[in-house]
Amino acid sequence: MQPYIKHTSIAALMDRSNVDTDQIIPKNFMKKVERTGFGINLFHNWRFLADNVTPNPEFELNKPAFQGAKILVAGENFGCGSSREHAPWAIADYGFNTIISTSFADIFYSNCFKNAILPIMVTDAELAALMAEISANEGVEFTVDLATQQVTTPGGIVISFDVDAFRKESLLDGLDDIAWTLKHEDKIAAYEELNKKKLPWLWTNA
Amino acid sequence: MTKTMYEKIWDANLVHEPESGSPLLFVDRHLMHEVTSPQAFEGLRLQNRGVRNVHSILGTIDHCVPTKDRYNIVDAIAKKQVETMTANCEENEINLFGMDSDQNGVIHIVVPEHGFVHPGMVVVCGDSHTATHGAFGALAFGIGTSEVEHVMATQTLQQKKAKTMLVKVEGQLPAHSTAKDIALAIIAVTGTAGGTGYVMEFAGNTITDLSMEGRMTLCNMAIEAGARAGLVAPDQATFDYIEGREFAPKADHWDDAVAYWKSMASDEGAEFDQTIILKAEDIAPQVSWGTSPEQVVSVTGTVPSPSDFENEVKSQACASALKYMNIEAGQKITDINIDIVFVGSCTNGRIEDFRATADIIKGKKVAEGVQAIAVPGSFPVKLQAEKEGLDKIFLDAGWEWRDPGCSMCLAMNGDELEDGQRSASTSNRNFEGRQGKGGRTHLVSPAMAGAASIAGHFVDIRDWK
Repeated sequence: MQPYIKHTSIAALMDRSNVDTDQIIPKNFMKKVERTGFGINLFHNWRFLADNVTPNPEFELNKPAFQGAKILVAGENFGCGSSREHAPWAIADYGFNTIISTSFADIFYSNCFKNAILPIMVTDAELAALMAEISANEGVEFTVDLATQQVTTPGGIVISFDVDAFRKESLLDGLDDIAWTLKHEDKIAAYEELNKKKLPWLWTNA
Repeated sequence: MTKTMYEKIWDANLVHEPESGSPLLFVDRHLMHEVTSPQAFEGLRLQNRGVRNVHSILGTIDHCVPTKDRYNIVDAIAKKQVETMTANCEENEINLFGMDSDQNGVIHIVVPEHGFVHPGMVVVCGDSHTATHGAFGALAFGIGTSEVEHVMATQTLQQKKAKTMLVKVEGQLPAHSTAKDIALAIIAVTGTAGGTGYVMEFAGNTITDLSMEGRMTLCNMAIEAGARAGLVAPDQATFDYIEGREFAPKADHWDDAVAYWKSMASDEGAEFDQTIILKAEDIAPQVSWGTSPEQVVSVTGTVPSPSDFENEVKSQACASALKYMNIEAGQKITDINIDIVFVGSCTNGRIEDFRATADIIKGKKVAEGVQAIAVPGSFPVKLQAEKEGLDKIFLDAGWEWRDPGCSMCLAMNGDELEDGQRSASTSNRNFEGRQGKGGRTHLVSPAMAGAASIAGHFVDIRDWK
């Protein structure tokens, strides 16, 4: 995985709550056996007009000021719905590496960290302030520093955010989760041996 | 110290809790389908890693399968997903109920049919409706594809401990109210994010009175309340359901297994981080009116107005849902006309569901202009229904009797709504565009769907004659 590094980038505003995974990547674009190439269909049903080709001028991410944005600022309960990792794949492939909201759905939140995306949870007041700054100055660039756990803006907003220490380390180092877990292979093997004795019926169909 | 069922399962499955890093939770059962697994197999291949416990996996093909002419998968990429799943399972010797299997069906229907999930297990699948299996007292939740790969390689997951919520429902359900109505009524209270960070345990006599099918419907929708998982304590109904099925413990282990399962129920007086109590008597048949499962009212109600919501976010969500759904605030639910009716999905695709619909439509005819499709959750469900003559009841009423698959729940297989079409559906999500761009879906129980198919609009089935 790519390490997550400190960056200063355009922050795009999506003032909608409960953005669900069916909107992030509609099911008709999930029929791939690869992890790549989902970005062109991110938010497809909102992003394109009925001909499925022409960009919808009403859709916020199509604004010229938001092109090239790496930071997405959105309303509460972002990523609710299905477990599809195609959602973070599409978000990352489009170019975002940071999502700021007041809350995220559990599975989506966890999936972000597997794909070098940092989901940042802020308070209602902090979100409102960030949104106001973008609205007043579309194209404004925010700075996100995972090491110090801070978001800063030209308008003078400084937000400190929480992130699980291990997830932070994994993102900063671009760690391979499976390799980390396999360092504990002896513990897994020992658990399995005990489990075979404790619940043998689980292993009889093996 | 008293413990909740969640805490007991967590403790029993905890492999290791390093001082720095993440706790590792052992995964007993791993369920698989064609949409969220191919990239995981590819990841294993690239790293030259194998599948650790092949016997812990059960796979099916369900999302992309046509329900008419099932082998004729028109979409070339969908066809490739099906072929890739088949090849991956063959290569790794994974047990797959594939296209040619008479046991094929929707993953969360076929897995219980084979007794593959038991109380106390940790069960995962690259699918959010894995929560279904909480009906058996298993900690069952959806994971992303990276985690699918992680589980195949290590048989564990890096997990953070969730908070616990007790959802207690007590009393006698009104006639014609079902597990689906309980689920929707709970989500109306919690909202779709109310369960975020929690595992919900459903308890109370209304819950224990539910059949296993009903408990599966209820736990299936725990994710729609945002919860990581739903749980129902195992009891005699659970044991009776599992006994004798293919992957059930055999006679020599049965008593030990049941003793273990009983020990996993929450202790008397165990503390939950949050408790919600509902009275069953208050739960009338429910109909969703918006684009989120929390936007739901009783069938006797009316469509709300944005001004009914004090919360600004909910008020805005209401306004945008009314626009998308093309309905008016104040409109009676029973005045909403529908074009399509769908009975099926991992929520309501079990035998009990088709019996409930058949009971309502028997001897009647589908309203003019309405298309109604019945999609059994699996071939065993289909066969059982046909043995009971239910297929004839559906066909005589003008319904289509299809082959199993996920079908119009997420509409990946060609069964989808056209722009502007409105459906009454027994599925679990009414998100904008989920059943087709511009399609409008109202979530209901199987009986309510049946009544809507005949009347052409929603009706209070308590008045049904």
